[in-house]
Amino acid sequence: MNVSPSLTEGPGQVPGPDGGTVPAAPAAHGTPAPQTHHGAASDHLDGAIPVVPLRHPGRVAMAVVLLALAALAAIDVALNQRYHWDVVASYLFAPQIITGAGLTLLLTVVSMTAGIVLGTGLAVMRLSANPILSTISRAYIWFFRGTPLLVQLIFWYNIAALYPVIALGLPFGGPSWVIGSANVLISPLGAALLGLSLNEAAYMAEIIRSGIGSVDKGQYEAARALGMKRALLMRRIILPQAMRVVLPPTGNQVVSMLKGTSLVSVLAISDLLYSAQIIYSGNYQTIPLLIVASLWYLVLTTVLSYFQGRLEKRYGRGFELSAGKLRRRRNKNGSAS
Amino acid sequence: MNTAMVAARGVRKSFGPVEILKGIDLTVERGSVTCLIGPSGSGKTTFLRCINHLEKVDAGRLSVDGSLVGYTERNGKLYEMKEDQTAQARLDAGMVFQRFNLFPHMTVLENILEAPLRVQKRPKAEVLREAQVLLDRVGLGHRGHSYPQELSGGQQQRIAIARALAMKPKLMLFDEPTSALDPELVGEVLDVMKQLAEAGMTMVVVTHELAFARQVSDQVVFMDQGVVVESGPPEQVLGAPRHERTKAFLSKVL
Repeated sequence: MNVSPSLTEGPGQVPGPDGGTVPAAPAAHGTPAPQTHHGAASDHLDGAIPVVPLRHPGRVAMAVVLLALAALAAIDVALNQRYHWDVVASYLFAPQIITGAGLTLLLTVVSMTAGIVLGTGLAVMRLSANPILSTISRAYIWFFRGTPLLVQLIFWYNIAALYPVIALGLPFGGPSWVIGSANVLISPLGAALLGLSLNEAAYMAEIIRSGIGSVDKGQYEAARALGMKRALLMRRIILPQAMRVVLPPTGNQVVSMLKGTSLVSVLAISDLLYSAQIIYSGNYQTIPLLIVASLWYLVLTTVLSYFQGRLEKRYGRGFELSAGKLRRRRNKNGSAS
Repeated sequence: MNTAMVAARGVRKSFGPVEILKGIDLTVERGSVTCLIGPSGSGKTTFLRCINHLEKVDAGRLSVDGSLVGYTERNGKLYEMKEDQTAQARLDAGMVFQRFNLFPHMTVLENILEAPLRVQKRPKAEVLREAQVLLDRVGLGHRGHSYPQELSGGQQQRIAIARALAMKPKLMLFDEPTSALDPELVGEVLDVMKQLAEAGMTMVVVTHELAFARQVSDQVVFMDQGVVVESGPPEQVLGAPRHERTKAFLSKVL
């Protein structure tokens, strides 16, 4: 137990004539003024009486109980034969699983990147003074957020039913240049990427819009007063500051995208989950293979969260100082200049 | 050229149904310091923002350094400027804001270098050298690598002044530069502004610091409810005001 020797010490105070105390130097530290109504209490604090911090017996008891429960659960999971940890171990680095994990990561990175680029465009459109642009953006977001991702994926997968042939050309019977059959052009992987990206763009648009909205209006004025045109102003001044607000929810989106990619198993794409499913449909080791898949999802989430932390630090520059640190630096500056 | 730096004739500006400027006539001579004073809502800040194209003028003529603000005159017609032209025209004036508006994600030095490098596209070595000189001039030569939030309000405002000066403006506009500062920090900013005035910079200052106006300005303009009530040398407007409204305002402020 660490017990501080006393609340106040040193030559700051001398006994006053009324039995209270009088500061020797004005505002030496934060002790109560001598005219305090609790003369007795201040006497008490000024003496070298040890201070006993408040104890938290409930907190300690709770911690012990929770630790015990966690230990029991861990022991059970480790020793319960039905988990088949040997099977988990043998499939953890199976080529099919590794390929599946790679595909899951690829789907996540590509869809997320496309979603962010498209979402930024939609956010800027949404904030545009042009009512047509903002309405189109609004309608896009309404549609893609309002329908299930699973439905969108299946829709893109079956796009050939609506448009058997994809061609570039002029409308109403003008000349056209056939690119090819929709079934060939939009492979299951293509459908998955389209579905995930377009859906993600709608969510990212809202996140980026809120980020842009969080930047002080004075920043626009200052940048405009310095002669910056809109594109430069957005790129150099507004978006970097918006990043600070955009990053945490985007991290959420990445994680939920990583797991959301498991939906593409309905398109028979052998991502991480689908690869595990293929294996357990053959050997009936359902639980161990789901554990294998989950472990990989956890690993990928952890890695991506690490990068999120790095990025947040990068874009927090100039903002990340705590109030205490700021005060100290300001004081230092004040004396320096 | 012997025209005035800023010439306003019957400048009008409305926000929706509310007319903020009801015909402003004002001349700012080259190398002079003009202080705009008046109660809040009198249109001083709006007029200042018009000079820098941050607000569009609805009617009247406002010219800076001989060229019209916001419009190009051709064949007897006024054509509204494109954004690019406006951005170019803004380079004539440097602006300092009440709330500093430094870019918080950039260091002090990056704040100063940003526009000269990316807007004026001047060579980095030259801009860097000038930035250091400017920082020294505002007494913050050692703070180049700090972030704005590590500085006091007074220091931030001095950096904002340096940032505006780095663009080599012909004219400096100050919008209540000391109103957001703690009282003990006002002096350091006013000192920098005095130096600047002594160096011959043309300045238009919206301010409530009447002592500063009296000491530094060549012209004091009292505005109320969207019109210029009276203008003239400080000793006249502040010392012997002719209009009742000016007298009433001064008696409240002093």
